Amino acid sequence: MMNCRQASILLSSLQDGPLTLSQRYRLRLHLVLCRDCRNFNHQLHFMRKAARSPSHWE
Amino acid sequence: MAIRIEDLEPLRDYLYRFALFQLQHSSSAEDVVQETLLAALEKPDSFHNQSSLKTWLTGILKFKIIDTQRRIYRDPLLLVTVDGEEDSSDFDVLFDKTGHWGSDAPRRWEKPEANLEDKQFWAVYTRCSQLMPKRTAMVFAMREELGLEIEQICQQLEITATNCSAMLYRARMSLRLCLEKNWFGNNTP
Repeated sequence: MMNCRQASILLSSLQDGPLTLSQRYRLRLHLVLCRDCRNFNHQLHFMRKAARSPSHWE
Repeated sequence: MAIRIEDLEPLRDYLYRFALFQLQHSSSAEDVVQETLLAALEKPDSFHNQSSLKTWLTGILKFKIIDTQRRIYRDPLLLVTVDGEEDSSDFDVLFDKTGHWGSDAPRRWEKPEANLEDKQFWAVYTRCSQLMPKRTAMVFAMREELGLEIEQICQQLEITATNCSAMLYRARMSLRLCLEKNWFGNNTP
């Protein structure tokens, strides 16, 4: 079973390109079971939104 | 379509703030803005009215910024200090022996989007983004703020995709931890 450290690395990679089928399945299973990693994933999405928001230099 | 200096002047501040945010260096930011305005005056024909002047100039500016980042990244004078600070960020300590989150496990950030209009949030965000090692911060800015694909970053900086992914991972872990400790942590009772 995938652990959180591995899941966090894959979630970061997922922000930059597709994962393999097997990675996707194992990651999805981990996320169903792990609230901390679900939080981490939401945080990654928010950080992307923040980084691309023009509010901080306008 | 002709472009007059008077049309460019009002946009200068905006372009400068954008460049300064990306480069974190005032005279480099000044340089790329100058080059951008000059390019606009020299090649007005490449401006098509479909896009606004601001969008068009920002597009040119982005190329100039990437070019500068590439030069800074490869600067041999920078490499010594920058490489030195590179290896110190180790996020494995956030995990226990079995690879599960330890005491710094990610918490739920309540309605994070509401912060995007908050000046204090941006002050914390800016401080947090400056905590990263310089080269890591540069790769992060190219990926997240300028929106380049991994392949483009690799090509520009002449690094491998694996190296690039590892730096982005460290950048995200660093920013996340800092925001959680210094901003979102305050909202949790």
